[in-house]
Amino acid sequence: MANEYVLETRGIRKVFPGVVALDGISLRFRPGSVHALMGENGAGKSTLMKILSGMYKPTEGIVLYKGVETEFNAPIESIRLGIAMIHQELSPVPHRSVMENVWLGREPLIKGTPFVDHRKMHDDTKRLLDDLELSIDPRIEMAKLTVAKMQMVEIAKAVSYNADVVIMDEPTSSLTKGEVEHLFRIIRRLREQGKAIIYISHKMDEIFAISDEVSVLRDGNYVGTYPAAELNTDKLIALMVGRELNEMFPKVECPITDVKLEVKNLSSPGAFQDVSFAVRKGEILGFAGLVGAGRTEVMETLFGIRHKSAGSVLIDDKPVDIRAPEDAIRHKMALLTEDRRLSGIFPMLDIKDNMIMAVIDRYRNRLGKFLNHAQIRNECGEYRHKIKIKTPSLEQKIMNLSGGNQQKVLVARWLMSEPEILILDEPTRGIDVGAKAEIHTLITNLAAKGKAIILVSSELPEILGMSDRIAVMREGRLTGIVERKDATQEVVMKYATMKP
Amino acid sequence: MNGKENIKQFFGKYGIYLVLVVMVIIMSFLSPVFLSQDNLLNVVRQVSVIGVISLGVTLVIISKGIDLSSGSTLALCAVMAASFGQAGDWAAKMYPSLPELPVIVPILVALGVGTLVGMVNGLLVAKTGIPAFIATLGTYVSVRGLALLYSDGRPVSTLTASYQFIGQGYVFGVPVPVILFFMLALITWVVLNHTKFGKNIYAIGGNIVAAEVSGVNVGRNLVKIYMYAGMLAGVAGLMLSARLNTGQPGMGVAYELDAIAATTIGGTSHSGGIGTIQGAVVGALILGVLNNGLNLLGVSAYWQQIIKGAIIVTAVVIDMRKNAKKK
Ligand SMILES: Nc1ncnc2c1ncn2[C@@H]1O[C@H](COP(=O)(O)OP(=O)(O)OP(=O)(O)O)[C@@H](O)[C@H]1O
Ligand SMILES: [Mg+2]
Repeated sequence: MANEYVLETRGIRKVFPGVVALDGISLRFRPGSVHALMGENGAGKSTLMKILSGMYKPTEGIVLYKGVETEFNAPIESIRLGIAMIHQELSPVPHRSVMENVWLGREPLIKGTPFVDHRKMHDDTKRLLDDLELSIDPRIEMAKLTVAKMQMVEIAKAVSYNADVVIMDEPTSSLTKGEVEHLFRIIRRLREQGKAIIYISHKMDEIFAISDEVSVLRDGNYVGTYPAAELNTDKLIALMVGRELNEMFPKVECPITDVKLEVKNLSSPGAFQDVSFAVRKGEILGFAGLVGAGRTEVMETLFGIRHKSAGSVLIDDKPVDIRAPEDAIRHKMALLTEDRRLSGIFPMLDIKDNMIMAVIDRYRNRLGKFLNHAQIRNECGEYRHKIKIKTPSLEQKIMNLSGGNQQKVLVARWLMSEPEILILDEPTRGIDVGAKAEIHTLITNLAAKGKAIILVSSELPEILGMSDRIAVMREGRLTGIVERKDATQEVVMKYATMKP
Repeated sequence: MNGKENIKQFFGKYGIYLVLVVMVIIMSFLSPVFLSQDNLLNVVRQVSVIGVISLGVTLVIISKGIDLSSGSTLALCAVMAASFGQAGDWAAKMYPSLPELPVIVPILVALGVGTLVGMVNGLLVAKTGIPAFIATLGTYVSVRGLALLYSDGRPVSTLTASYQFIGQGYVFGVPVPVILFFMLALITWVVLNHTKFGKNIYAIGGNIVAAEVSGVNVGRNLVKIYMYAGMLAGVAGLMLSARLNTGQPGMGVAYELDAIAATTIGGTSHSGGIGTIQGAVVGALILGVLNNGLNLLGVSAYWQQIIKGAIIVTAVVIDMRKNAKKK
């Protein structure tokens, strides 16, 4: 009889300078089961998974794999033993093909030679992708894929290891509904094959849809393990947060006045065509749509990152010519980009510097040349407190923060800059429920100050809860704009899937 | 995709080859001698030493590193190989009691010493985590010192005939250095494109964390990359000493910069993960045609330097433009 548990941790403790990330964590994972790991940002989920995948060594405690005490000294060791992991913060090797990314580190060789068998690599990748119903060319360069497609390739790669334990650290943070369903089909199949899946996500509905068991961590401590059937959202949140939560979408009605930004017939070849909309001061305009609908591309074009081929943009009724982000910033626009890994954080700089990056001028002291560090510390401290950025100090390098906490720093950067037009592309990606509510409050407060806000999000409840109006896109076209009072999940989905 | 887009892509991909072709055409108009077979072979022979170094440097730069020590390594390998390859009847031999040795001895000495220097570079980069720039800056200085120490600051001259053949000989009318350059280019191309090692180099340069979590042994691969580059610098030392019939501790000064230039002109990106051997070869040839052409035209050496610098920067600017603004 095989072990009841394929993987077990006993008393795992992990200390980073100034932080106890994990303190005495004992967990057990069953084969043929999906085990969700829940906890607020910085609770220690990723750290624990990195210990299981050989990236970190625990300060104390042991890991048992198939009943045997095992030390993982490098990722390759845990891969060899049968533990595959999709990393939260991992970006792929950008200028290499999909197939080279999938087989990285274990390229097949032509028998009896030291040469890589490209044909086999291609065919195996094709079979793998076909099998997972992914229509991606194995030869295409990774950097040419959308973030969502890249994520699906990472998932395919994890599957291809045929590992007994598959760890997924927020695999859905850049996926939309259809792809999440797709992922769930893959996960169910893995479960039927007897694999143990460890699943991390901040999205409650996903947890209840897919998991068999749920373990909760809070501040590096173990709270408990529960059958998913015995939990509901409120109970789970209470376990994670250890306190009562504010209302989720604290939308306050605030006066909506003049049109601030108007976009007429904007097009960018290959991305979207003929997009027109307007945002007023004090208004939050939501952007909904399935993946590949072109929402991010529209925002990039507005901000001058992407070329426009046609159309005009008006700010305060005056036509403006935005060719580069500098122009956009001059017109008091700000953009929180969708992908913090590629365009957002300055990994080696500390939290403070990352936060004030967009508003450095504000902190020049009386002499005009030097920065007023006391003021910087104060205001950063205020945001740190408000959205609960978990860190030993503001001088911590941002790359040492948990994923969700990095995102919080970025959100703080753009909220602090108080632009006239704020574009937020997936602002709460990877952020836990508690902090999400705080960020929603901050966004609403900005709207109340008369700023025009565009909110792109793949989470429908967020869009529905926060927006005054919702623009829906499908395959590069704007299919409709829905008023708040008419907006329901069904209406938005109808526009998101209808033929333009 | 429209025509304009296609043309742009074509230039992005083959621009560097076109630059070479255009340069050759211009030169052949300006100087009637240029296109003669002798002169063309001469051009390639002149760049073959730099070219061989640039092959290894390409691997290093693709892995997001840099190697500043190649010129010094060349010198050390040259004096050491030469000291084991001196003609038997030469009076001022470094090791007077040494009989005339078969050419394989100096060859192995050059390859071995070069590989060893590369290993030191690789270990410094992989194990201490200091930037490659600093690690190889250190060996750049020390290894030159070693070359001076070993030879006592004097040239090691008068080599055996078979040794000289490596730098001066011809096979079927083609200079041996040219043959070596193209053979090594072909081998390096195969290594880079058709072996696991090659794939790992791209992965390490493209995203070192991704490589690591995918089970690539980053440290070991880094050591191998620098060893390979060091070995090729050793080959270059052999070629140069054979050609000049002497190994000198002051040889190859600033060759590492020319090699880096050739690699860079050839489209290898210093941000890692991008680059080709073809590019390095073409980059070396461009430098060669430039040197040769300017010489034929009687341009002063000072101006040659100025023009060379400008060309290097221009090539990289053009190359960057193709990578930026993809959207
Ligand atoms: N390399 C590191 N150096 C210093 N501190 C670190 C390091 N990695 C993680 N930490 C700290 O350990 C704690 C746990 O981080 P971890 O990434 O495990 O959180 P998480 O539960 O995955 O959060 P999230 O939901 O935001 O991804 C955090 O306080 C983080 O700042
Ligand atoms: Mg995490």
